[in-house]
Amino acid sequence: MSILVDENSRIVVQGITGQEGRFHTIQMLEYKTVVAAGVTPGKGGQDVEGVPVYNTVREAVLNEGVNVSCIFVPPAFASDAIVEAAVAGIKVIVCITEGIPVLDMVKVGNYIKDKNVVLIGPNCPGIISPGKTKVGIMPARIHRKGEIGVISRSGTLTYEVVYQLTNAGLGQSTCIGIGGDPIVGTTFIDHLKRFNDDPDTKGVVLIGEIGGTAEEDAARYIQNSFSKPVIAFIAGQTAPPGKRMGHAGAIISGGQGKAEDKIRALNEAGITVVLNLAMLGKTTKEVIGKN
Amino acid sequence: MTNVHYSCDIKAEESQIGVLTGMKLHEYQAKEIFSKEGIPTPNGHLVDSADEIPKAMRAVTGPPWVVKAQVHAGGRGKAGGVKVARNSYEVAVATEGMLGKPLATKQTGGDGIKVTKVLIEDGVEIDREFYLGMVVDRETRMPTMIFSQAGGMEIEEVAARTPGLILKEHINPITGWLPYQAGNLIYSLDPLPSPGVRKGLASVMANVYKVFIANDCSMVEINPLVVTKDGKVIAVDAKMTIDDNALFRQKDLIELDDPNEKDPLELKAEKYNLNYIRLDGNVGAMVNGAGLAMATMDVIKAAGAAPANFLDVGGGANEEMISKGFEIILLDRRVRAILINIFGGILRCDVLARGVVAAAKTKSIRVPLIVRLEGTNVEEGRKILQESGLKFLVAKDLAEVAELVSKQVQGM
Repeated sequence: MSILVDENSRIVVQGITGQEGRFHTIQMLEYKTVVAAGVTPGKGGQDVEGVPVYNTVREAVLNEGVNVSCIFVPPAFASDAIVEAAVAGIKVIVCITEGIPVLDMVKVGNYIKDKNVVLIGPNCPGIISPGKTKVGIMPARIHRKGEIGVISRSGTLTYEVVYQLTNAGLGQSTCIGIGGDPIVGTTFIDHLKRFNDDPDTKGVVLIGEIGGTAEEDAARYIQNSFSKPVIAFIAGQTAPPGKRMGHAGAIISGGQGKAEDKIRALNEAGITVVLNLAMLGKTTKEVIGKN
Repeated sequence: MTNVHYSCDIKAEESQIGVLTGMKLHEYQAKEIFSKEGIPTPNGHLVDSADEIPKAMRAVTGPPWVVKAQVHAGGRGKAGGVKVARNSYEVAVATEGMLGKPLATKQTGGDGIKVTKVLIEDGVEIDREFYLGMVVDRETRMPTMIFSQAGGMEIEEVAARTPGLILKEHINPITGWLPYQAGNLIYSLDPLPSPGVRKGLASVMANVYKVFIANDCSMVEINPLVVTKDGKVIAVDAKMTIDDNALFRQKDLIELDDPNEKDPLELKAEKYNLNYIRLDGNVGAMVNGAGLAMATMDVIKAAGAAPANFLDVGGGANEEMISKGFEIILLDRRVRAILINIFGGILRCDVLARGVVAAAKTKSIRVPLIVRLEGTNVEEGRKILQESGLKFLVAKDLAEVAELVSKQVQGM
């Protein structure tokens, strides 16, 4: 099995006629992802690689029965695109767009909070269930079907991790990039819960980074309620304080956000934390492979 | 006189909510925006040369006067960037002591930042000091007002030591800031301020929210927000950071960006939309994605070297951006080795390779170059590099990257 997306997912690409939207639509089609429709306002009636283009998401839902959206819309219009998808009845919305104003996401984040919608991203690589479907921009060939779940706040760092897993002979059930922005649609915990219920996921690799408290929250959840082995990595162990390369360790979290705090919290929860990224594949094999 | 405080007290040193991303405004710029939105600030006059001091002293009543260096760094008070003056001679000495000279605070690093502008303000007699700030809280996904009666101190320290003194109000974007929320914050004060002061505080709170939303802020901070002896509520300091992602719709604010504050290489990088930060080491690095860039820095450190920079070329980089990014690394004279670590996703390896080759044509590469390429269009990228005649070492994975970096470092 896998979580959130599989071979039955019917994808609508919002922003399909743009350069990125078109390129990655082709890549997704090559992976046998069912890209059933595209949306670009004003370009309804055209097609991209045989995929019909509609003016609105509502039309795409009515005509093609799409149930997952992948958004490549420019930042100024992306929050509109997310809400449009949610209102049209799309249940899994994957927003790739990088650079959406935070205050736009404040509105979107609060709007979808009590709706039955899963928003992945924004500013993320998307989600892939290897061998079934790929909804996003990750390079397909590094993935392999298998039993490891991957959840990450980073994009390219996720590829690095997946690449190592695959090289170590460990396939993946589903890999999710939850996004690097201050406001994202889902947390580590949301997906850990899904992986916990997925009989085909044997263990999870969790990739965090400095800033915020998402990793500490995940550590608490794993300790109390997660039954499978978890391997974690935290990027930014050597990032100098006061420079803006991660995210804000804001006052709201009581001065937290440092790599060392996260590593400690994860260790205390009994989670294996890999300090040297080059060793991640090997360590995961040692910890999860033997189970 | 013993209980009279002026805004320059060391105690009143500004704090920093921290490493928030975004475009920082100067204190004087933030105060101009505050004034327009009805947040009271002290009378002040900005000078950029000593000749303007007499004019400033006519414009600002005093005594006393407060002389404040305008740099984007916390810790100005302790570093000598904020001084009280009781007469025109002292104003001149303080101002000339700052203008044109570097100010090094705990946040600027060793060399400090050259002061080009100084704000001369009315000193105010302080009865009480508060902290008032606003940021977006990730967890609730809401703008959040932070208020504390422990004003004038570093708020992070207050949060760590006496978290009970920090009050928060989350603001639902549907309703916006509501008067009851000011009540929640103000009526928890002990002693309770007079009705006039309560009204003043409530008004500042409502206006801070207005400023935050109207300017797409990632942070607004007033520390201290003071109540004067005569019962006025005044923002003695002002910090504003604008969300970089919203600058496309905040065109007036872009004008306020101060290039003097930045490293020349960082400035050049900014021109090409590259996320570049200069660091202290000597291994130049070009990476795509902030997470991988941070992890690559960790790998460099673990190999016994130190990164010369953080450079995330991002997902949407085109050939020109890559080429400019690579040029910036080549311009950094401290760089003794260069590492390119790219895992192509939305950024394609062929685009990367063409950019690097283009830069190498305009500038010679005199240091060892280590290249690790993976991901989208990797074969094409590798082919372009190999056929370019460029000399470089190939790392097939991160373990090899670490090994090669470590070898290069030993030779330095």
